[in-house]
Amino acid sequence: MATTTSTAPPVPAKRTAPVRRTRRSGWWLPYALLAPAVLLELLIHLVPMLTGIWMSFTQLTRFFIRDWTSAPFVGLRNYQVALDFDGAVGQALLSSFLITCAYTVLVVGTAWALGMAAAVALQRPFRSRALFRTLFLVPYALPVYAGIVTWNFMLQRDTGVINHLLVEDLGVLDERPFWLIGGHAFASIVIVAIWRLWPFAFLMLTAGLQSVPDDIYEAASMDGAHAIRSWWSITLPMLRPVNLVLVLVMFLWVFNDFNTPYVLFGTAQPPAGDLISFHIYNASFLTWNFGAGAAMSVLLLLFLLLVTGIYLITLNRRSRRA
Amino acid sequence: MGTVSPRELNRLGNPALDKGVPVKLRHLAAASVPVLLLAACSGGGGGDDSASGDVTLTYWASNQGTSLDNDKEVLTPVLEEFTEQTGIGVDLEVIGWSDLQTRIQTAVTSGQAPDVVNIGNTWAVSLQATGAFMPLDDAAMESLGGADKFVETALETGGAPDTDPTSVPLYGLAYGLYYNTAMFEAAGLQPPTTWEEMVSAAQALTDPATGVYGMALAAGSYTENNHFAFINATQNGAELFDADANPTFTGDGVVDGIMRYLDLMQADDVVNPANAQYDSASLAAADFANGKAAMILNQNNANSTIESNGMAPDAYGVVPFPAPADSENDVASHVAGINISIFGNTEHPDEALQFVEYMTSEEVQTTLGKPFSSLPVLKDAEAVFTDDPGLAEIFTQIYNERSAPLPLVPAEDQFETTVGQAMNTMFATIATGGTVTAEDVREAMQTAQDKVQASIG
Repeated sequence: MATTTSTAPPVPAKRTAPVRRTRRSGWWLPYALLAPAVLLELLIHLVPMLTGIWMSFTQLTRFFIRDWTSAPFVGLRNYQVALDFDGAVGQALLSSFLITCAYTVLVVGTAWALGMAAAVALQRPFRSRALFRTLFLVPYALPVYAGIVTWNFMLQRDTGVINHLLVEDLGVLDERPFWLIGGHAFASIVIVAIWRLWPFAFLMLTAGLQSVPDDIYEAASMDGAHAIRSWWSITLPMLRPVNLVLVLVMFLWVFNDFNTPYVLFGTAQPPAGDLISFHIYNASFLTWNFGAGAAMSVLLLLFLLLVTGIYLITLNRRSRRA
Repeated sequence: MGTVSPRELNRLGNPALDKGVPVKLRHLAAASVPVLLLAACSGGGGGDDSASGDVTLTYWASNQGTSLDNDKEVLTPVLEEFTEQTGIGVDLEVIGWSDLQTRIQTAVTSGQAPDVVNIGNTWAVSLQATGAFMPLDDAAMESLGGADKFVETALETGGAPDTDPTSVPLYGLAYGLYYNTAMFEAAGLQPPTTWEEMVSAAQALTDPATGVYGMALAAGSYTENNHFAFINATQNGAELFDADANPTFTGDGVVDGIMRYLDLMQADDVVNPANAQYDSASLAAADFANGKAAMILNQNNANSTIESNGMAPDAYGVVPFPAPADSENDVASHVAGINISIFGNTEHPDEALQFVEYMTSEEVQTTLGKPFSSLPVLKDAEAVFTDDPGLAEIFTQIYNERSAPLPLVPAEDQFETTVGQAMNTMFATIATGGTVTAEDVREAMQTAQDKVQASIG
C-alpha cells in the first residue's frame, strides 16, 4: 500500500453554488430604493421647471388658462418686455432686482458677521453657554409667520413698540417715523431678515468650529498671537469649507426670499422693499399674466446660476492653488 | 484546501444572509417599494361617490359675515331648507377674501372646481373671459326667474356688455359717507351735499392737537383706493377704458379725480397721515367709532364694525358720497357687491341653476340681508340690513340710482391692482413728508396704463 504524495496543486474546495458571470441577485435593490425619490424629484421639481420654461415662451393669460396648450407661442417676446428697461415693466423689474441685490449683500454680510462673532464668542465653554446658545437660536426656530407678523406690529407708527421706545422712552427721535411705508421700509425689511437669518449662520459656524482642534490655538498663543490674529490666521482658514457652502446657501435663500416681504408688508407693499420674488408673484399671479412671470423667473434662475457658477469656479481654483 | 474568507464562510454557512443583509429583510424592503409608490399616487384621488340619484352640489361661499364661522352658521339653515325643498344636498365651504381669488384661479386652471361659487362682482368680466363659467342664456335666465327681477345696474356687472352674463348679483353693497351727528351739531354744520362742502366741514372738525381728524381713509388699501379713483373719475365724466377695452388712465378727468382724493391728506389736511398704513376699511371705521374721525367713506356693511366698536346706531348718519358742485355726473358709488356664478364644467347644471334661483329668491335675500349687511339685488325689495328706515332708504337709493359699475372689461382687475397700488405709494409719499403733484399722478397713471397694456398684448 503506497500513500501517494500528491504534488499537484491543491484543488480548492468545491463551492456550493456554481460560479456565474451574471449579475448578482438583488442588483435592482438600490435602484428600486432610489426610484421613489427620483420620481418625486422629477414630478415636483424638474417637470414643473420645464413647464415653467415652456410657459415663458407663450402668452398664457386668463384667456388661455383653461387650456394651456392653446396659448399662443410668442417666442422671446416676454423676455423682451421684461428686459426693456425703458418700458414700465422692465424698469420695475430692474429696480426690484437692484433693491434685492442691495438687500442680499447687506443681509448676508451682516448675518454672517454676527453669526461668526457669536460662534467665536461661544467657542470656549463657560457657565451659561447653553443658555446663550438657546437664546440665539430662537429667531430661527420661531415659525416664520409668527416671527415676522410680530415685527409688523412692533413697527406700526402709532401703536408699535419700536416707536414708543425710540420717541417716548429713550427720546432719540422727536417725531414718530413710518417704518412700513416710505423710504424706511428698506431698513425695516433688512433688519427683520438679519434677525431671522443670523442664528442659522451661528449654528453652522458653531458646528464648523467643533472640528478646529484647541492645541493649534494654544500653540499660536504661545507664539504671541492675539485674538484677532488667531481668528484671521487659524479660525477663518479652517472654516473655509464651511464658509464656502454657508455663504452660497445664505445668498440663494436671501435673494429668493418671499416670506419676509409678504408677511411684513401684507397688501401694502412699499416700493423701497420691493424684493424680486414678490415682484414676480405680483406681476404674474395678481395679473393672470403667467407667461411674463415665467419669463422673469427664468431670467432670475439664469442670474443665480451665473453667480453660483462664478463663485464656485473662483473659489475652487483658489483652493487648488493653495 | 484553499483558504475561504470569513465572509464567504458566512455566506456559505448561512443562506439567510446574502451580502450581509438578512434575506427576509431584503425581500420585505423590495416588496414595500411598489406598495409605497402606489400609496403615494393614490393618496390624493379620493372622490366622493354619492349614491345614484342623490345630487350634492359643492358651493364656495365668500366671507360676508363677521367671521368664516359666522358665515357657516348663517348659511347652514338656509341650505338645509333648500335640501328639504328640492332633495339636492349642498356641500358648503366658506373662503376668506384673501384666498378666494387664488382658489378660483386654481379651480379654473386645474378643472377641479366647485359647482357654484361667490365672486366679487368686479371680477365678473375678468372671470367671464377665462371661459370657465357657464354663460346664462335666455333659457337659463328664465329658469332663474327672469333677468327683470334684478336691479339693472347690478345685473350689468354680471358680464361684458352684449354678452350672456356668467354671473348674477347675489348681495348688494354701496358706499356712503358716514358722519358723526354729535360733532356736526356741535359745530353747527349740515351734512354735505357737494365735495367742497365735505372738505370745509372736515376742515372745521379737524384738530390734530386732540387727535381728531375730519375724515379717516383706508389710504393703504389698494382696493379702496381704486374704487375712489373710479368714482371720482366718473364724476368728472372720464372713462378708464376706451371702446376697444384699452386703458386710458392718463386723461385729465382721471388725474384730477385722483388728485382731489390725495389732497384730502395733502392740501386739505383733514386726514391723519397714519391712515397711509390702513390697509382695510374697518380700520377707518374703528377710528370713526372711537371719535377720532368725523366722517368716513365706507360700504353699508360698516354698520356692524361701527357698532361693535361701541358707537350707538343713532350717533351717526349717512349721506351719498358727494361730487364737486360743477361735476358732470353725481355718481356716489360703484356697484359693489357679490355675484354668484356656476362653473362651466359642473356635472349638475340643472341643479346648480335651481340653487342659484333659490339663493336669489325673495325669502333668502330677506333672510340673509341682515346678517350679511347687504342691499337687495331684487327690484322693489326692502333693505333689511339695518333697522333704521332712513338709512335703508338712503343706501337703497344710492345703490339703485346713483351707482355705476366698474369698467366691464377683462383687464378690470389689473386696473384695480396697478392704480390702487400706485395710489398706496402716493399716499405713503405724502404721509412721509413728500409732495405729489398732478404731474406725478399723471406719470404714475402712465406707468399703470403701460403695465395693463403690456398684459393685454
